[in-house]
Amino acid sequence: MATKPTLAVWKFASCDGCQLSLLDLEDHLLAIADTVQIAYFLEATRAVIEGPYDVSLVEGSITTANDVDRIKRIRKQSRFLVAIGACATGGGIQAVKNFRKVDDLIGAVYARPDFVDTLSTSTAIKDHVPVDFELRGCPIDRGQLFELLNALLNNRKPLVPTFSQCVECKRAGTVCVMVAHGTPCLGPVTQAGCGNLCPGHDRACYGCFGPTETPNTAAMARRMAALGVATRDVALAFRSFNANADAFRSEGDRHERA
Amino acid sequence: MDPNEPGALPSAVIDRDGLDALIATLAARGYQVLGPRLEAGAIVQGPVGGIDDLPEGWLDVQDGGSYRLERGAGSALFAHVVGPHSWKRWLYPPKQALWRAERRDGGFTVTAPDEAVPRYAFLGVRACELAAIAIQDRVFGLDAAPPVTDDPPTDGAAAGGTFLDPGYAARRAEVALIAVNCGRAASTCFCVSMDTGPRATGGYDLALTELIGDGRHEFLVEVASELGAELLGTLAHRPAETADIKAAEAATRRATAQNRRAMVPGVAELLEANREHRRWDEVAQRCLACGNCTMVCPTCFCTTVEDTTDLTGRHAERWRVWDSCYSLEFSYIHGGPVRTETSARYRHWITHKLSAWHQQFGSSGCTGCGRCITWCPVGIDITEEARAIRDSQGPAR
Ligand code: SF4
Ligand code: SF4
Ligand code: SF4
Repeated sequence: MATKPTLAVWKFASCDGCQLSLLDLEDHLLAIADTVQIAYFLEATRAVIEGPYDVSLVEGSITTANDVDRIKRIRKQSRFLVAIGACATGGGIQAVKNFRKVDDLIGAVYARPDFVDTLSTSTAIKDHVPVDFELRGCPIDRGQLFELLNALLNNRKPLVPTFSQCVECKRAGTVCVMVAHGTPCLGPVTQAGCGNLCPGHDRACYGCFGPTETPNTAAMARRMAALGVATRDVALAFRSFNANADAFRSEGDRHERA
Repeated sequence: MDPNEPGALPSAVIDRDGLDALIATLAARGYQVLGPRLEAGAIVQGPVGGIDDLPEGWLDVQDGGSYRLERGAGSALFAHVVGPHSWKRWLYPPKQALWRAERRDGGFTVTAPDEAVPRYAFLGVRACELAAIAIQDRVFGLDAAPPVTDDPPTDGAAAGGTFLDPGYAARRAEVALIAVNCGRAASTCFCVSMDTGPRATGGYDLALTELIGDGRHEFLVEVASELGAELLGTLAHRPAETADIKAAEAATRRATAQNRRAMVPGVAELLEANREHRRWDEVAQRCLACGNCTMVCPTCFCTTVEDTTDLTGRHAERWRVWDSCYSLEFSYIHGGPVRTETSARYRHWITHKLSAWHQQFGSSGCTGCGRCITWCPVGIDITEEARAIRDSQGPAR
């Protein structure tokens, strides 16, 4: 039906895990397909409908000059552009290259470095074009993805909180692994939304949903040190899925240099 | 005779089997009995079917940002104190359905959730927790206390506690409260200075004091309601003797002496007079704004309302979920959040709890349970922050 809003799903430097979350919405998939026109989603179908698109979901980070041009074209064709996942919102794990000389890395990894044409950084979509909304996570939470689509279709604000993972822990009744077990946990500086995956299974939060709205990473790092985490490992903790997100990058820098 | 007066009814003594029988009696009367259990490295409330489920011999060693279980010397069932959960989890759950709506031709119909009201028996409620329940009773309008200050109430203050929360009221009306008097305090406890413990002085159905040592393991039972008297009547018991009462008093003295922390006197006026203070910036250097302190506090009651729809927009639901004044969204009004700085958020929390609460609900909002100290990941201590401000005022006034 021509009046259905169109949805496009785009990929940049990424593992595809986030766009697969769309296919993971098993129970809702048919309802979504009834409500929106899936216009561009190569992971699911090679049939492509020309833009413009009502909603674009963008996965992946910007790592090549070609990416920079392509995201601008996608932005022009998209009414509502949503960056999905740690790569698109924080540069992803591949942003570790931002902290090294990229030519040294390429030389160490690839047999024919001259075949590789890349920028020296991996950066978030918002570093290149205006982004209307972000879904965090590595990968994103499919419940949040569904909530986003649902809210867009119903003209309401998505229920995607920006407070800490600790709030999610406490609502769920999870015993704090940091306080009760002494396990260093990034939850206090990490945005909620994963569905309490790690602390709910007695594991510390790895920070895959990126920084909270007002992350006090300095106090977090002091606490980690007091719990016995070596300075280098504090740096590494901030240098994971969201290494290039502002607060995590600067805290990582401080401890890498220390 | 008012059965709510402590000591109004003669106390009795039961043994371990008596406690086991009490749990069975409550269950037989249709109560879901919740009591202390070992779970994920902590002692938290959960379903208990008998004394075998209780954390026999375990102690909780607590300090700012730290909680560890240790084996105690004996086989006490209640040697621990308070853990990460409070009873508000059951009286005022983290997620509550408010209503559902269906779109029908031209309009919509609204239905209230018709969930059965749970019937809980809380076993092991400490004096500070009874105080917290009494505070929430006032917050949710069950027991609207007139403000005690002379300050002219603002509109908000006049409204505070005068609206009955029907969900809370319904759950609260069904609860049986089996209190336990503390014979030990954690290093984080400061109930003595808040005048809420360690001994329960009313507001329960039965209060137990664990009497252990010299080859005996018994419980002094005090009764403060008709339900309590009825329950005791079903159990094998003997009248309490002077020696039993003395042993219970000794337990209370021990817990009192172990209250190592204390709230500074006059804290309500102190904070009111120090809305501007360098300490707020100083604490903000340490505070993670994570919200744990509000979530674990047995009196913090703030929630946010979340509206959801299905994809078609024909079905909508409204939910109430626990919220925290440490989030930016919490103070969001037209134009942006009011409390952008963590210093403002910490100040708001501690000042509401210890000062403005008096004007709003007629008492302090703090019971001295110490949860916010233990479960703060960086161990920020509400008594310490208040003391730092007091000490900055120069010699005691
Ligand atoms: S386990 Fe981690 S995320 Fe959960 S409350 Fe503790 S510090 Fe916060
Ligand atoms: S403010 Fe802290 S000590 Fe006071 S009642 Fe709340 S959690 Fe307990
Ligand atoms: S005082 Fe502690 S628990 Fe409360 S928000 Fe700050 S860091 Fe979190």
